[in-house]
Amino acid sequence: MQASDHRPAAQIQGRAVFPHRHLTGIAGLQPHEIMFLLDEAEQWIEANRTRARSDRRLEGITQINAFFENSTRTLLSFEIAGKRLGADVVNMHAAQSSVKKGETLIDTAVTLNAMRADVIVIRHMASGAVQLIADKVDCPVLNAGDGWHEHPTQALLDALTIRRRRGSVAGQRVVICGDLLHSRVARSNMLALTALGAEVRVVAPSTLMPPAIEGLYVTPFTDFDAALEGADVVMMLRVQNERMAGGFIPSTREFHARYGLTPERLARAREDALVMHPGPMNRGVEIDSAIADHPERSAITEQVEMGVAVRMACLDVLTRAERGVEGWA
Amino acid sequence: MTRLFENVKVLGGATSFAFSGETITTDTTNSETIDGGGLHLAPGIIDLGVFAVDRAACRAGGITRVGLMPDQSPILDDPGIIRRAALMGKPDLWVHPLAAATRGLQGTDLAEMAINASAGAKAVATGRRWIADAGVMRKVLAYAKDCGLTVIAHAEDGNLARDAVATEGLTATLLGLAAAPAIAEALAIARDTMLAEDTGAAIHFRQVTTAAGLDLIRQAKRRGVRVTCGVTPAHWLLSDIDISDYRTYARLSPPLRSDSDRQAVRAALADGTIDVIASGHDPRGPEGKRLPFIDADEGMSGAETLLALSLGLVREGLIGMERLFELLAANPARVLGLDAGTLAPGKPADFILFAPDTPWVIDATKMKARAGNTPFDTLPVQGKVHRVFKGGREIEA
Repeated sequence: MQASDHRPAAQIQGRAVFPHRHLTGIAGLQPHEIMFLLDEAEQWIEANRTRARSDRRLEGITQINAFFENSTRTLLSFEIAGKRLGADVVNMHAAQSSVKKGETLIDTAVTLNAMRADVIVIRHMASGAVQLIADKVDCPVLNAGDGWHEHPTQALLDALTIRRRRGSVAGQRVVICGDLLHSRVARSNMLALTALGAEVRVVAPSTLMPPAIEGLYVTPFTDFDAALEGADVVMMLRVQNERMAGGFIPSTREFHARYGLTPERLARAREDALVMHPGPMNRGVEIDSAIADHPERSAITEQVEMGVAVRMACLDVLTRAERGVEGWA
Repeated sequence: MTRLFENVKVLGGATSFAFSGETITTDTTNSETIDGGGLHLAPGIIDLGVFAVDRAACRAGGITRVGLMPDQSPILDDPGIIRRAALMGKPDLWVHPLAAATRGLQGTDLAEMAINASAGAKAVATGRRWIADAGVMRKVLAYAKDCGLTVIAHAEDGNLARDAVATEGLTATLLGLAAAPAIAEALAIARDTMLAEDTGAAIHFRQVTTAAGLDLIRQAKRRGVRVTCGVTPAHWLLSDIDISDYRTYARLSPPLRSDSDRQAVRAALADGTIDVIASGHDPRGPEGKRLPFIDADEGMSGAETLLALSLGLVREGLIGMERLFELLAANPARVLGLDAGTLAPGKPADFILFAPDTPWVIDATKMKARAGNTPFDTLPVQGKVHRVFKGGREIEA
């Protein structure tokens, strides 16, 4: 494993390098701003691997993880990221919130705001819900996934993984395959990877292909085998069981036959192609175990590791203004 | 006593206008003269297909009669409810109930059209949604024809549009919103115009908003089908780009379309394919709109902006002023079978005085309507209604 060649550009300093109050999506970020977040994340990778995690820069900061939709790994990743930097992390699950009692999202946002959170991490099942909350609170808001819209930290961790493993994102041929229509991970990745100069091919049956997808500067394929030719990175998406019930695809068996990543299929990609998956995986449906567990090809556990580093970087950067960091206040 | 407006620009070219009691007249003997101040004088607007009786918004918009959609609580499918609805706005605003075409708007059993018509219903309507079952729709059309009632239909295939909150396209894809293809509209129009042709019934599509849908209307009219259609200003002024940033005020039914469909609506207004301009008035408070886009209510508050936005068509030269008031008054009256909507002698003295060029800015926070959910907030427009007369009686603002 090697660190990427890219190093932060020293020309721009302080807030000017990342002038956004919230991180609601990759849309709206400039390529150099995405690069900045990746550069910031690099320092936490090594730090996380050692036992001396002594950085307490978020000491006294209250981080609320407001998860209106169930999540295990993303919630855990944000919680660990905050705690590694010394923040006081509070988790709010929808199941134990007043959302179930009919409180509107804006009322919930106002309530969280009144509790003087310093940063709020939100996951919600409705596209756009995070922006709605961001507009109503006084602190930075981080999108941990909203509906089918965006999941920006996932795209950042994926870009970081690719950059570290392949030296650069630019020029890489990345194939994203699976349920693109309902995937916020796919949307954020399409935006981030094309912004960083990758050639992105997207693969899905027509029933799961978002309309007008070419407008995102990606090339759509329905034939997975054709898309895989010469691929540097193969990113598989999770197929949710409810999609089968919804009639988008006939069965998991048929999906596997056409879109499952098998060793035979992967042979069409470059010999050293990287395999990624945002998790949790459906082994034997979208990805075979032999690939998921492949020591050289699979970057799936590394993605999880990068996730913590990227989220530490985002929490740090977004709270710099309120922490009074020089040049950011 | 006869009253005579002078110094007015009457629609059609006259400079004076007389009415006696509740009726328009040409006999000006012994009349009291009123100075119209150079204002334009036109028929009161007949707003076909509103979802709420909103007197203040209608007064501000120059609307003297509304066709009230059956989607009320309770649903307008019973003579007692219809009789009550017909009296809701009187005397300032005449409400013409559109009775539910099927019981409870369920789309399964025929409603009592004849009894409801005798209680005051002027047409039957499918409501906010289409009737999914073609067999039921055929019976609705056949039976409505027997009763001499037009069927007012919602042109959207409800199966194709089931969970959709937007029209398919790059905007919906970027926002991650469930979207339906624009042909959901044409599919419904194709089916329902064929059924109308087969049964000989009169059908009015409340809103037609796509190029494909308007083409089908054109073809059906050419074949002699008794079909008419309407549109609201949103679909010739806005497109799906306007829902960017999840603007719930722009969440409408049918959803905003692509820009090429928007252009097709403008072309159809110019060539006469579209017969009616309506407001689609549907006031929704913040509890229905300050929500994530997919959870927000559909609809816009449109009554008081209808005339100003429509006058834009005249200013651009797309249609003339007389044609505009056919779209806003005469044609909706015809669809509802009302003896109103023009300034002909003997007709009810429902008219407005307005200044077509007065500039103002639409302000969602200062709307007269029950709610300010307008997608046109902060838009500068021209055209202000000064005076409104219903049945010869002036309506105070």
